[in-house]
Amino acid sequence: MTVALETVGLGKSFGALQVTRDVHLSLAAGDRHALIGPNGAGKTTLVNLMSGALAPDQGQVLLAGRDITTLSQARRVKQGLARTYQINQLFADLSVLENVVISLSERAGAGWNPWRRSSANSAVIDEAVVILAQLDLQDHALSLVRELPYGRQRLVEIAMTLAQRPSVMLLDEPAAGVPSAESHIILDVIAALPDHIAVLIIEHDMDIVFRFATTITVLVAGAILAQGSPADIANDEQVQAVYLGDGGDV
Amino acid sequence: MTEHYQTARHFLRERERWRWPEALPWLAIVAAFFIVPDYLALGTQIVIAIIFALSLDLILGYAGIITLGHAAYFGAGAYATGMLSAHLGWGEPISAMLFGGIIGGLAGFISGWVLLRYHGLTLLMLTLTTAILMQETANAAEEWTGGFDGLVGISIWPLLGTFDYDLWGKTYYCFAVVVLLVCFLVARTIVHSAFGRSLVGIKGNVERMHGVGTPVHGRLVTIYTISAAMAGVAGGLFAESNAYVTLDVLSFSRSGVVLIMLVLGGTGRLYGAFVGTAVYMTLEDELAKLSPEFWEFGIGLLLVVVVLFFRRGLLGALEDLRVRRS
Amino acid sequence: MGQVANAAIVILFDGVAYGMLLFIMSVGLSITMGLMGFVNLAHGGFAMAGGYVLVSLMVGLGVPFIAALVLAAVFVAVLSIPFERYLYRRLYEADELDHVLLSIGLVLMATAAITFIYGPSAVSITVPDYLNGQVDLGFGTFPAYRTFTIGVGGLLILGLWYGFEGTIIGAKIRAAVDNRRMAQSIGINVDRLFVIAFALGSGLAALGGGLAIEIIGMEPTFALTYLVFFLIVVAVGGLGSIRGAFVAALLLGLIDTAGKYLWPDGGAFFIYAVTITILLIRPLGLFGRA
Repeated sequence: MTVALETVGLGKSFGALQVTRDVHLSLAAGDRHALIGPNGAGKTTLVNLMSGALAPDQGQVLLAGRDITTLSQARRVKQGLARTYQINQLFADLSVLENVVISLSERAGAGWNPWRRSSANSAVIDEAVVILAQLDLQDHALSLVRELPYGRQRLVEIAMTLAQRPSVMLLDEPAAGVPSAESHIILDVIAALPDHIAVLIIEHDMDIVFRFATTITVLVAGAILAQGSPADIANDEQVQAVYLGDGGDV
Repeated sequence: MTEHYQTARHFLRERERWRWPEALPWLAIVAAFFIVPDYLALGTQIVIAIIFALSLDLILGYAGIITLGHAAYFGAGAYATGMLSAHLGWGEPISAMLFGGIIGGLAGFISGWVLLRYHGLTLLMLTLTTAILMQETANAAEEWTGGFDGLVGISIWPLLGTFDYDLWGKTYYCFAVVVLLVCFLVARTIVHSAFGRSLVGIKGNVERMHGVGTPVHGRLVTIYTISAAMAGVAGGLFAESNAYVTLDVLSFSRSGVVLIMLVLGGTGRLYGAFVGTAVYMTLEDELAKLSPEFWEFGIGLLLVVVVLFFRRGLLGALEDLRVRRS
Repeated sequence: MGQVANAAIVILFDGVAYGMLLFIMSVGLSITMGLMGFVNLAHGGFAMAGGYVLVSLMVGLGVPFIAALVLAAVFVAVLSIPFERYLYRRLYEADELDHVLLSIGLVLMATAAITFIYGPSAVSITVPDYLNGQVDLGFGTFPAYRTFTIGVGGLLILGLWYGFEGTIIGAKIRAAVDNRRMAQSIGINVDRLFVIAFALGSGLAALGGGLAIEIIGMEPTFALTYLVFFLIVVAVGGLGSIRGAFVAALLLGLIDTAGKYLWPDGGAFFIYAVTITILLIRPLGLFGRA
């Protein structure tokens, strides 16, 4: 199996606070990997370091074996590393369709062309329609994002990322803020993601984690506490003690 | 699937479709030529100001770049065109104007490359001080710019070698209108392109644009350069039509006035530049004659009212009115 | 040699006096911009109002200088409250562009109103005898009025320092500058804080405006002319930092004064070049914090 994404000794501090400590993490192509840990464990920071939103103080990020540590977030996306955000980062005043079209235009390299009408790019529109259908959003295509129920907005968040045709997807709490009655929609979408994509998901809901993940990494205070299959993690005494056991925010 | 595709395509095309009200400003511009021939000198200045405001709309209304120093590029163009004639004796109007655009664009590219890494108040201060710095430079470089006394000795040749400049400014009016039309078509094409939509994305949510792989800084510098070149063209026309350039072309008040004009008409809609500029300059011409204080107070009050109640400008207010009616 | 030393002392003294004046006029803007995040281009309007109220009090009502100075500051501070409550407050959540536009509108109205009432030319006052002429400070004689201005500025710094570091209200303002939401959630009445800070800032600006008449003159274009300087003091010093505003104002005063003596044609150039350089290196200003 080829390694899709790998971090080597990743470290990051904000002032005196060390939020990421010597993190070694590896995703194979097609992996379904869950990143769990108590609040403040540094999960989102780790995703920010991987995606390029933050620069690490130590260590490296490798994408398909290539060092991308110094690349900007935009360049990493171009190379196949895409992410979603814990809080929606969408164009709330534009239609769902256009949100996806903007993302697709970037991937198709049309974003630099100031002369061609964006609506004339039939390949992009075609693909937008396909992606929206894939996420069951076709009936909402023409609605403004801010008029959508929150659960659907989370789907648009995923659609924006899928449009990049990533080889690695980092999903930062994709179901966060979604009423439990709707969260199954998002789960179904994640479960149906193409097999070749390596997926790293941050999630608090243990049901989701154990149903979805083939590998689980437990992050505590910025460092990896344990890593393994769901069964290993469930039986790990250390994990139970500091995380599962106290039942705090699970 | 094809049905959804057709709907989507139709929906996206709807935004960029030409609509009949778009003919109105152009009809007004043509009508002015025949109806108020005595006012064509003012008309020329209005058209030049529209080009300038339009250039600001590209960066402010679409890309969301807030600047208090857009006069820097207008002034750069004006001085470039003026000095080309005054010092080098080249007075061919079209190329001299384009030279103004090139210098304006160059100034925009260099300053934009540096400044557009900053945000908020810092960016505001940097654009403001950059323009003032250029004004101070022009003031100090008296030998070249004429300093405080202004640049004299600009002499422009007949347009296309044939049309000379008449007392009533007809030639200049037509020349300026054609330039405006070209600038407008360029701007309209840009804002409906994928490039233009990516600017709207940057304005709407820059974080997301990083997330979809957009080289944000490069995009901003590009539109800033285009906008500055357009402002430079306006400046070049200004220098030619007045045959005189003073430090005022680079002043903070010019940066401020173009901002007021645009906001008055409405940002991010291209025609806001037309409406705001025409209203502002016509009112100024009429009211300032009566009492400069009255005009200044009035425009201040209008600005306050617009910001508080009609943030989308006169055109936005019109739109709301129509929506409410139907 | 003696001449050079004398010139240096004159530049230094005038520069410090000018810097103090800029500090007095701008420090309120720094506090309110740090606290409310409002880019208030109309701050100079309150300084100008202070100057003109002082003129009215002295020339019209015969109030003595010092009393008129204090009264003008108090008057403008009170006058500014409805502006905060009914205009500025509506736009705290809006972006910088709206702040800029609203305050430009207000400056234009203020300029027109002052021109209408007082006429377009510069106004003047007669300062009391003890502020005229020179004063011997032991190590040399200096213009009395500028010495007085420096003294007022010095007292103000001590007062502000005590006010912010030593009083409850100061602590609350510091807390709100640091993190408004946090301050709100621990029960600080941020709305009231805004009013107090705004009135205080406007009053200080008015005090500066009153002092400015004798040093840099007072005319209806004052608010627009010095607008850029106030903004530079705030941006270079760092939002909400009194120490920053002080350092930046002194720097600005000294550079501007030195520039005018040494390089009359291009002195102003230097200020803007320095400002841009500082902001490029330290976007949040010398003492600004994220």
